[in-house]
Amino acid sequence: MVLQTLTVMGSVHGYGIARRIEQVSGNGVLLNQGTIYASLVRLEQRGWISSNWGTSDNNRKAKYYSITAAGRRQLAADARYWERLKDVMERVLTMDKSAAGADA
Amino acid sequence: MSRMRRLLHRVWAFVRRKPLDAELEAELAAHLQMAIDDNLAHGLSPAEARRLALVSIGGMEQARYKHREARGMMSLDILLQDLKYTLRTLMRDLGFTVVAVLILALAIGANIAVFSVVNTLLLRPLPFPNAHELVWIAPPPTKCGLSCATYSTDAYDEFRTGSRSYQDVTGYFAFSSADNLSLNMDDAPIPATSIDVIQNFFPVLGVQAQMGRVFTPDDARNGAAPVVILTNAWWRRQFHSDPHIVGKAFDMNGRQTTVIGVLPASFDFGAVFAPGTKVDAITPLNLYGPPRDWGNIVTFIGRLKPGVTLGQARAEAARVAPRMCWNDKHPETCGNYKDEVVPVALKDYVSGKLRRSLVVLWSAVGAILLIACVNLSNLLLARAAARAKEFAMRGALGASRGRIVRQLLTESLVLSGAGAVLGFMLAAVLVAWLAHQGAIALPLLSTLHIDGAALGWTVVIAVFAAVVFGLVPGLRMAGGNVYESLKDAGPGATASRRHERIRSVLVVSEVALACMLLVGAGLLLRSFINVLNVDLGFQPDRAAAVKVEYDDNVPGDKNGDLSAQKRAAIFQSILARVGSLPGVEAAGFTDYLPLGQNRAWGMPFPKGVKAPYELNAAPLVYVVSPGYMRAMGTAIRGRDFSWSDGPTGEQVIMINKSYARFIAEYAKLPDGDLVGKPLSNGGGPDLHVIGVVDDVHEESVDGEAGWQIYYPMTQETPSGAELVVRTSLPPSSLATSILTTLRELNPRQPMAEFKPIRLLVNHAVSGRQFFMLLVASFATLGLLLAALGIYGVISYSVTRQTQEIGIRMALGASAGQVQRQVLMGTLRLALIGVVIGAGASVMSARFIASLLYATSPWDAATYVSMAIALLAVAGFSGYIPAFRASRINPTVALHTN
Repeated sequence: MVLQTLTVMGSVHGYGIARRIEQVSGNGVLLNQGTIYASLVRLEQRGWISSNWGTSDNNRKAKYYSITAAGRRQLAADARYWERLKDVMERVLTMDKSAAGADA
Repeated sequence: MSRMRRLLHRVWAFVRRKPLDAELEAELAAHLQMAIDDNLAHGLSPAEARRLALVSIGGMEQARYKHREARGMMSLDILLQDLKYTLRTLMRDLGFTVVAVLILALAIGANIAVFSVVNTLLLRPLPFPNAHELVWIAPPPTKCGLSCATYSTDAYDEFRTGSRSYQDVTGYFAFSSADNLSLNMDDAPIPATSIDVIQNFFPVLGVQAQMGRVFTPDDARNGAAPVVILTNAWWRRQFHSDPHIVGKAFDMNGRQTTVIGVLPASFDFGAVFAPGTKVDAITPLNLYGPPRDWGNIVTFIGRLKPGVTLGQARAEAARVAPRMCWNDKHPETCGNYKDEVVPVALKDYVSGKLRRSLVVLWSAVGAILLIACVNLSNLLLARAAARAKEFAMRGALGASRGRIVRQLLTESLVLSGAGAVLGFMLAAVLVAWLAHQGAIALPLLSTLHIDGAALGWTVVIAVFAAVVFGLVPGLRMAGGNVYESLKDAGPGATASRRHERIRSVLVVSEVALACMLLVGAGLLLRSFINVLNVDLGFQPDRAAAVKVEYDDNVPGDKNGDLSAQKRAAIFQSILARVGSLPGVEAAGFTDYLPLGQNRAWGMPFPKGVKAPYELNAAPLVYVVSPGYMRAMGTAIRGRDFSWSDGPTGEQVIMINKSYARFIAEYAKLPDGDLVGKPLSNGGGPDLHVIGVVDDVHEESVDGEAGWQIYYPMTQETPSGAELVVRTSLPPSSLATSILTTLRELNPRQPMAEFKPIRLLVNHAVSGRQFFMLLVASFATLGLLLAALGIYGVISYSVTRQTQEIGIRMALGASAGQVQRQVLMGTLRLALIGVVIGAGASVMSARFIASLLYATSPWDAATYVSMAIALLAVAGFSGYIPAFRASRINPTVALHTN
């Protein structure tokens, strides 16, 4: 989610990412905004995102995160995985009784 | 890949966690500010904006904690925290810390030192390359000493060429005596000890010269120029580490001898082959010179080919042995060595006999470590009681049980770590000291040093100790019910019974272990005293020996008679001069001293009776002068040799009681008395027994005295001369006057060592003494620790019962009654411990039975005296708190609580 956000929004600060995820998920994901920093440090240590200090629109100093090339590759891989999983789940969940009987 | 990368980041983050924390703070602050800004933009009041922002972050502290957890190494963080806390608490309780660290240092130090000894003697290979290939080849032990443990040069040649199992076989001349080399520099000749080795000795062992070269076959040929290789120690001591020594020639034993090499410091002949002696120089043994006909003189050392097992080598030796001849010129001696050529691993030969002693020693220090752990457990429990509230509080605040145990284990690790560091230093000092105890007749002692293995062992036992002594109190404390602890630790509470019981069990086990140690030490001590009281057959006190040089060479002497006369004249004049010195009671010569070298010459037997040669035994031979028996303090029945027993007279001998008894029984002599009877001597002239002497312990103090036969120096050729003097003054006070007299008579007399006979005996028992002293000191340490443990427990329980005792005294109990009650409690614990310990000793005593001498492993006197000693110490350590209890002032006791 964080990676996708960064792909779409470019360079963003922690607060921005947290807000964005809340908005996009339609408040379906209610996260403690503080925990975003644990994920960020993890992603950064894996080399998927990079960070540097910058100034926000209203002139506040904040740390900006942006996705790296490795991060993009990872995102693509993860996206494929989720797509596949979604397909599989979809098929499993829409399976009707006759098909189930035939398979058994 | 990314996982590795992450780990690196984590470690890096751990290292620079301070700046990272600061960065996080800034980031969180920015986050909060932006959230507030947003909320303000939505039209909320400043206070509400801030509250909602905080809510959406969901707790600053949790965010920080989660971040740190993801970022760095949390467990290391906790460890550092625990360490800091531990150091603070330990510093606050300095008395406890010092006592605990000292106890651990003693126990761990003893363990490391003993481990180093065990490692050197048992675990580590001998200090040669591929040492596992080296074998010692010798007959099974017999009754005729070194002569039956060695082989002839003909046998050597046959064995070497006839065996296929070996890369090569070598050996050395087994009959070299101390100070057999005199180095003539400017002043008085300097005595030194050299060993003759077969020329391939060093290649077989895999030892290379540090400077110069080792021997080549040419060095050992007939007519070869005399050469010598110096040991490293002698080169440094005598030749001041002369870097240009190789090639220089010195007068040794009257011949210009060239130094061809210097051995590395790592090679110590004595340490491996002759424990407790020092060897200064190595010379080549000419197998094809005179030694050819000397009979059994060389030992065999072989290096097996790679892949050849000991079993194969043994089978082959059994096949080769019957072909070996004692002397090729006497075909009837071929086959003499049947069943007498048995290869054993060199390592087993060197230190195999010590295995049991070392295992006992190791167990003793193990017991010490356990006692120390139990003691610390006890101390920690006492501390735990005082800290119960602290931990209950932490538990109540949410610390998990694991977290508290972890904190306590950190504490014990810090303690044992400090103890290990100190103990390691102690052990290093001890080991360095031991390595320089050249007089202790233990093999490889000089190669003793602290190495990586010892360091590893230190870590192992330190961790082991920490877990053992930290776990019980840790679990005990962390497992406690919070409510109960808070309540129990309150003032005025009576002792928690469960707590007391654990401590009592600990004390009992401590006493039991100490009891086992004491009994073991007591048995060894008793054995040692028995050994010291052995009737040696001679009086070692107030007697001393010095090696004397003489020249009995007579040119053109055909049968040795002339040189025998010359020798007799020399010795007679020396004895006359030395005997007249004030303080000298008696003096005489022998070629071999007891408890040193020996040899055998066959088995003289009554005429008409066939000697039991199949026994493969023979009396040990000593060639002595008149007066020697008196100088040694050995009683004679019959008469001593006299100067008139000359080369042309009747051949006379003396034999010892054991041999006389054996002959009399075997030959079924009617009256059993051999004095005055002739014995046949192979083909030679008859030997007339003129005296029967006491049995002398010639090989070892704690062994059985064997058979001995004495020849007069006036009739047989001695292989050297040791002047033995019996004095009315301490022997050392006569050293100068005797040596001066000897040098007046013969200017070539070296400044030889003046050896008190007592020293020979001490040397012979030094190995036993060494073990006894070590075990005894460990037992003492164990006793002290046990006493400390008892004291700790009793004094703690007295403190806890102050109120109770106060009430009882207020109700009329006398001071005596209170004292008695506390003392009885102490003795009860000690008694249980003693009973358990004694029981365990009885069961395990068989284990040390082989180390004892004339002492039963179930020696009642030892058990009883050790039990009494333990109870006395226990009583004493219980008396101090008992006394304190009796001085409790009821009003004060009831008031303070």
